[in-house]
Amino acid sequence: MARRSRPGEGAARPVVIGVAVAWLAVALVLPFVSVFVAAFADGVPAFFAALSTPEVRHAALLTCLAVLAALGFNVVFGVVAAYAVERTRLPGRGVILTLLDLPIAVSPVVAGLMFLLLYGRQGWFGPLLETMDVRIVFALPGIMLATIFVTLPFVAKEVVALLREIGTAEEEAARTLGASKAQTFLHIVLPNIRWAVFYGSILTAARALGEFGAVSVLSGNLIGKTQTMPLYIEQAYVNYQTTAAFAAALPLTLLAVLTIVAQKALARLGRRNGKENR
Amino acid sequence: MVVLPLAAVVVKASGAGVSDALRSVSGPIALSALGLSFGGALLTAAVNTVMGTIVAWALVRYEFPGKSLMNALVDLPFALPTAVAGITLSELLSPRGWVGAVHPALAASFSPAGVLVAMTFVSMPFVVRAVQPVLQQLEPEVEEAAALLGARPRQVFGHVILPSLRAAMLTGFALSFARSVGEFGSVVIISGNIPLSTLTAPVLIFQRLEEYDTVGATVIATVMLAASILTLAAIGLLHRERGQHG
Repeated sequence: MARRSRPGEGAARPVVIGVAVAWLAVALVLPFVSVFVAAFADGVPAFFAALSTPEVRHAALLTCLAVLAALGFNVVFGVVAAYAVERTRLPGRGVILTLLDLPIAVSPVVAGLMFLLLYGRQGWFGPLLETMDVRIVFALPGIMLATIFVTLPFVAKEVVALLREIGTAEEEAARTLGASKAQTFLHIVLPNIRWAVFYGSILTAARALGEFGAVSVLSGNLIGKTQTMPLYIEQAYVNYQTTAAFAAALPLTLLAVLTIVAQKALARLGRRNGKENR
Repeated sequence: MVVLPLAAVVVKASGAGVSDALRSVSGPIALSALGLSFGGALLTAAVNTVMGTIVAWALVRYEFPGKSLMNALVDLPFALPTAVAGITLSELLSPRGWVGAVHPALAASFSPAGVLVAMTFVSMPFVVRAVQPVLQQLEPEVEEAAALLGARPRQVFGHVILPSLRAAMLTGFALSFARSVGEFGSVVIISGNIPLSTLTAPVLIFQRLEEYDTVGATVIATVMLAASILTLAAIGLLHRERGQHG
């Protein structure tokens, strides 16, 4: 009786599984496999030759720098912002949380435009930057800025969710036992949130690695100067260097897979750790 | 980091003057781009809501070989750089690609259909990841009670399960819409950016910037920003609604 009573049992079961598997196979597995096939379409030596050009090396370096900048800034910002929102009586917390989502909800091109309007030659800070001889737009700082912006919410949101879940009991206990605010933060809060910080960092790195829209607005896409890996891939593809484009796409695809694996592993570890804490 | 850039856009757009701004969004190219972006995003969000719920259902309710692999694969569009997604889909859908070669009707690169495919791909995980946890937390007792009271499986699904999934499905829909409407990397590659046909609003902003038409770009960007903020507000409301029920 109970078996029959649950919707989705019986005849619906194979249909639903079939539709779900078919959808993911066509929409995800097929594109995934085709990257590998296309990258090696001209043979293995052509693949490695395409990957060792100076343009690719320089693009890879820029992408690494952008990822590092995003990680460095957003780990610190994320922890501070999350702590401020969840543990202090900050006015306008709801507004801050909503604004924090904006970088995810807004088009990357619009994000790039925002910074162009601030730091471009005719932007608000343009004249000031020019007198100080600092270049942001069409240079490395612009790429970093764009990458930091589009990955702004990831660490912060993970930490906010965790801080809310664990509550304040441990921190209050530490405070009553005479620990200072700084000691409580260092010895109680930081160890508690470390999994959330790791998890958010993985999401940050994945997104930073592939950021295209905001970076292409702010970088000027100067080959060998301000071209990141995703920009190189696009340019190679548009110029009919299909093998070169897919050769450069392959490491990024592998990193994407690595991201997912790390994400799953961390989620499992974090869960186990969370149970021990309780 | 967030407020100042926002302010810059609004000030720049308001400096344009109402008539200039209106002219800038009401030209045929701009209207067609906005229509494709918003219409396409609504359509892809709807497709993803249906398919995402089916996938979530299969992942939560059934056991089958390859399930955990499938579960991990769902996140691929989030992790994969959009430029990689763009060249891959474009290649698959080109007339000589694996999919495009099967039938000319499937050769969708450089057509609006290709834009929809790219939008669907990049926003695919949202509904699955929104519905999955809610489906997991549904208490079997409620369904059993409904069944004991004489409800048929279809009635249980329509009157018990679907209403509890509603907020999660709508949240996934909204996230999916927000992502699709603003998508640039994959769309710019697969669409060929043909004005009045496959040119989307984000690509139009980019083109206007390349032509040094900052004001024209900003006006379109303001429309898109307003849409993003409205979507966020809707998601916030849904979140609150869900919080009250759960």
